[in-house]
Amino acid sequence: MVGLVAQPANLELETMPEYQNIFTAIQVRGHLEEGIPLPKGDADRSGKPFHNYWLGKIGNAQIGPIYLGFLGSVSLFCGLVAFLIIGLNMLASVGWDPIQFVRQLFWLGLEPPGPEWGFRIIPPLNQGGWWIIAGFFLTVSVLLWWVRMYRRAVQLGLGTHVPWAFAGAIFLFLVLGFIRPLLMGSWAEAVPFGIFPHLDWTAAFSIRYGNLYYNPFHCLSIVFLYGSVLLFAMHGATILAVSRYGGERELEQITDRGTASERAALFWRWTMGFNATMESVHRWAWWFAVLTPVTGAIGILLTGTVVDNWYLWGIKHGIVAPLPDLYPTVVDPAVAAGGVQ
Amino acid sequence: MNFALPFAIAGATLLGIASVVGVDWDAPPVETEQVGYRGTGMYVTKDAAEAAAGRANNVVPESPWEADPEGDRASEVYENVQVLGHLSEDQFDQFMASITEWVSPEASCEYCHNLENMASDEVYTKIVARRMIQMNQAINVDWTAHVGDTGVTCYTCHRGNPVPEEVWYRDIEPKKASRGYRGGQNVAAMFGGNSSLPQNALEDYLLGDEEIRVHADTALPTGAQKATTKETENTWSLMMHMSESLGANCVTCHNSRAFNDWDQSPPQRVTAWHGIRMARELNVDYMVGLTPLFPKDEVHLGPEGDVLKIGCSTCHNGVQKPLYGESMMGEYGASLGEKSNTDVPDYGASN
Repeated sequence: MVGLVAQPANLELETMPEYQNIFTAIQVRGHLEEGIPLPKGDADRSGKPFHNYWLGKIGNAQIGPIYLGFLGSVSLFCGLVAFLIIGLNMLASVGWDPIQFVRQLFWLGLEPPGPEWGFRIIPPLNQGGWWIIAGFFLTVSVLLWWVRMYRRAVQLGLGTHVPWAFAGAIFLFLVLGFIRPLLMGSWAEAVPFGIFPHLDWTAAFSIRYGNLYYNPFHCLSIVFLYGSVLLFAMHGATILAVSRYGGERELEQITDRGTASERAALFWRWTMGFNATMESVHRWAWWFAVLTPVTGAIGILLTGTVVDNWYLWGIKHGIVAPLPDLYPTVVDPAVAAGGVQ
Repeated sequence: MNFALPFAIAGATLLGIASVVGVDWDAPPVETEQVGYRGTGMYVTKDAAEAAAGRANNVVPESPWEADPEGDRASEVYENVQVLGHLSEDQFDQFMASITEWVSPEASCEYCHNLENMASDEVYTKIVARRMIQMNQAINVDWTAHVGDTGVTCYTCHRGNPVPEEVWYRDIEPKKASRGYRGGQNVAAMFGGNSSLPQNALEDYLLGDEEIRVHADTALPTGAQKATTKETENTWSLMMHMSESLGANCVTCHNSRAFNDWDQSPPQRVTAWHGIRMARELNVDYMVGLTPLFPKDEVHLGPEGDVLKIGCSTCHNGVQKPLYGESMMGEYGASLGEKSNTDVPDYGASN
């Protein structure tokens, strides 16, 4: 028994423009679905499933049951430990004052060890040691979550595309917090935990290494990031636009093209001469999304280790636009004074 | 479709976050001035309302009367005139009347003098004032690379206050727990533009002489530049102080595509470079030595007991040229435009 909860209530198929929504217009509510039987040895799914009207507006109205299992539980536990270490350190950094904690929450952070500690394991707890411990638990949490995703995909008989995409993001995370600091021989190069602190780190990183703008892998990462956005918008819009012809049944249309698929393809061939297919557009999207953190991580990895000043590297390789000398009188006063200060 | 509600909610959420975070938005109209080559984005922006307020707050006071340089010298007329004895009696009197208006318009003469015996040095503020006059002379003679011909007077910083409003000191508030750690940053930094950058960068650069430059001078690593992102944040905090002090943005002094490159930097950067050294020398040679003279209270010393110190905002007060570049040297050149006595008394042990 499947009931349609239509909003607005007078959904009539003849009035086609009703399909032109940017919000989900139809909630499908069937029996509460328990899912396929689990393989032998897996823990049970937990929680009694239920419907939620508002979540149904943006996704499936059915919530739960959830599968945590061993990996999920340990991952959540490690994540919680990291979260608490970071939060308690933030609280201690303002003398356990709850008012300052709330007021300055965006400013607060947990800082990695200073340059004086090099890559030592492990500096005193209140000199950055807590950062290393929090980072360790967060890393364990993320890696276990990855294994869990991989296992769930296999157990459901899916391909492993989602975990491998997630691995791209994890690679960037590990480069920022572990691999590059290791190569540089200093924890001080790592990213602090905290809202403004990690943003400050990002800008300081670019400033210190002579402007990441001239880092070609940074360029690539931006191409893939903005490209992902563009592809997502094009694909989402295309499918919504042909949904009146059943175009949202994308997977069926990969092998059995209907009029929706034909029209979508024709639309793009008319407007830009080329069209992706119902299948290939998802490969485009997957690669663009995955290459965003992967190329970004390569750019980070090269910074400070192989290139010390990206602007000067750009000069060397002819990618910096030359400017006329607008300020001929300006000379470095430290050089003019005969010493560097 | 009714889009109003979701957009209203999104707008209200953004404004709510903005008001909690306390963003420093410039309301239109904002004036922009192109200072660099086309395509480099080098525009100095000024909030029109803030600029008008800055102009109103930076007006040169009128001198009480025009002083006659002729006549007996102050050193012959008055007792115990150690620094300004070369002035005429009328110039000296006029300067005393002026400094009263500049520094202690409410407490008047007795802020520095025992009215029964004006020559006495028993009031500590008189000793401080004498040292500050020497400091003014040193700035106007030794630091023309920063102050040019415009020069400075007591008023440049004091603006009618016995203690200038824009000073800095060691700031470790809110205090961390004994086992807490924040690496000197990650709270709203009062002297770093309220950013979460290091709180006490000014101590390193405007009192100490730590290296400000964090860039490598070569494309590939040579090991010569050892600064990490942390030192970079410290430098950045100093830059935020300068930016806030002058109401100026980064491109006032830098081409942001290569912050370190002098060839692409507007000449203001050279002026600022000298200003950093000037503030450092003034703090080291003048302010720190005076520490033992000041009363041990939070008006005259910082909360950690260090002397109140000079930063960029102390003179600049939010505008690029203090007092909009108007010089007071015409009236006060005789008193503050040359070094007359550079002796440093022994004030006792500092700190």
